[in-house]
Amino acid sequence: MTALAPPRSTATPRRRSQAHHEAILFYLCIAPWLIGFLVFTAGPMIASFVLSFTQWDMMTPARWIGLENYRTIFAADEYFWQSLKVTAVYSLFSVPLKLVTALFLAILLNEASRGVGFFRTAFYLPSIMASVAAAVLWSWILNPKFGPVNGALGVLGIQGPGWFTDPRYALWGLIMMSAWGLGGEVLIFLAGLKSIPHHLYEAAELDGAGRRARFLRITLPMLSSTIFFNFVMALIGSFQAFDSAYIISTAHAGTIGSPMNSTLLYMLHLYRNGFSWWKMGYASALAWILFLIILVLTLAVLRSSSLWVYYEGERRA
Amino acid sequence: MAIRSVPGRSIAWWRSKTLGRVVHDLVVYALLIVLSVLFLFPFFWMISSALKPQWQIFVWPPQWIPDPIMWQNFAEALGNPLLPFHLFLRNTMIIEVAVLVGRLVSCTLVAYGFARLEAPGKDVLFAILLASLMLPGSVTMIPKFILFNKLGWVNTFLPLTVPSYFGEAYAIFLMRQFFLSLPRELEEAARMDGASTLQVILQVIVPLSVPVLTVIAILTFKDNWNDFMGPLIYLNDARLYTLAVGLAFFNGQYDVQMNLLMAASVVVMMPLIILFFVAQRAFVEGITLTGLKG
Repeated sequence: MTALAPPRSTATPRRRSQAHHEAILFYLCIAPWLIGFLVFTAGPMIASFVLSFTQWDMMTPARWIGLENYRTIFAADEYFWQSLKVTAVYSLFSVPLKLVTALFLAILLNEASRGVGFFRTAFYLPSIMASVAAAVLWSWILNPKFGPVNGALGVLGIQGPGWFTDPRYALWGLIMMSAWGLGGEVLIFLAGLKSIPHHLYEAAELDGAGRRARFLRITLPMLSSTIFFNFVMALIGSFQAFDSAYIISTAHAGTIGSPMNSTLLYMLHLYRNGFSWWKMGYASALAWILFLIILVLTLAVLRSSSLWVYYEGERRA
Repeated sequence: MAIRSVPGRSIAWWRSKTLGRVVHDLVVYALLIVLSVLFLFPFFWMISSALKPQWQIFVWPPQWIPDPIMWQNFAEALGNPLLPFHLFLRNTMIIEVAVLVGRLVSCTLVAYGFARLEAPGKDVLFAILLASLMLPGSVTMIPKFILFNKLGWVNTFLPLTVPSYFGEAYAIFLMRQFFLSLPRELEEAARMDGASTLQVILQVIVPLSVPVLTVIAILTFKDNWNDFMGPLIYLNDARLYTLAVGLAFFNGQYDVQMNLLMAASVVVMMPLIILFFVAQRAFVEGITLTGLKG
């Protein structure tokens, strides 16, 4: 611990040794993160890449099989394609549903003058809830016989679907559930809306701009960097969704991804290969494919951002 | 619930002159009320179901207010010998405390380094730190399991707690931003008095950083409370389950009683809801800071 003594601030000719001393201190301070990054992030990434070329069940020694895992995934694993399809549909619908609803709620909150605290709490509360509790609760709310949703549909004379027992509806149930947890996005949008300078609206109003014009010409462009942030985060999150699909599909002696693999999100397929079937090499290959998919999607969104995201030169200067 | 009036709106709606304004406010509040009822309804349904006798769960139209109110559902749900929820609560709290200590200590140290000390390679390392924020956790899941398995840590709390002693990118980033905003004079004065770096951090930086430490503590607590996949992968022994895994196990049991399941859900959810109302500002700030990163 002697290295953590204060840098001597007296001697000027010894500036080099002082800088040296400070550098040592810096590396001592960040050592926990640096070690953690190497051991729990960088190392495992390389390891999983190497593992993806092996066959290994953790009991018998690992066997090098080259590209065989990848070949099997693309050519012979029907569950892989099914999980990709399920994840794509989930992402394609849950992300826009979440973002559009969150933006709408944030705009409503921004327009209101009283009771904002109460409404903000109402929209935010679901998102802090344990994913397990939310999944348990929603499987009850969407219970085909006794749940309030189908009950309400029944009053309207509509025969509600079996939701989580019907392969045509199970994924839509999950998408609906995901929208319930949009509280974080609402708060971020609301902060973004609050940071738009008021004089822009006043000037536009003087020029005779209507409500719609103000929204399209001021709110959306000024909010585009916030939309961009929420979009990237929601996209990455949607490709790694796991909890609710796992809990709902395995409940009541069901299998992962049931009914009929209609809720087999990519992470469920990965989990099943790794931790139910102990195919560690195969699961690693699946993980790397997911990683590359997310990377390509994120980069595509980043590249497109110059077309639709407006960054102020001097932000809030 | 914190109802705050927003300053800066000069005229209250009932005094506003134009009819347009009144219609606008009517529409806004009608929508807000309908939508917030929609968002809160599942909570109401859960609490109502948790307090019902078994037969009232299945009546239609629903019995909105249970009659009689079955407080004993909570005792029955938690007292199930096959599902020792008091053990799950204890396990969850052990993990929470260990993780909170680890994360706050390690992140303070690392963030101080990035905020105040100069060294070759610092910028590259900071860029790596930021890039690691975007890295999906799924790609490291399998090798981490193999590593912890080799160490003999599977079926202990160690895989869930030890990594928190090695910093966490997002918390480090938030704290670094906060430290940069602190004036350097106090630190320099302490150094003049002969304080070491460790003393400066403990005696000057930490007392000034209570707001950001609170935000990080609360978000960490919440994320751990909700963590499902970690305990699912690493804990096999039912006596080591956390609340989240215990509840999922309860849910998966054949022939589960809905009112008891809902009572257990209420118990799992309540601490977070209470925490939210106690520390609402820290929650809101934490989330908002996330979004203003760019």
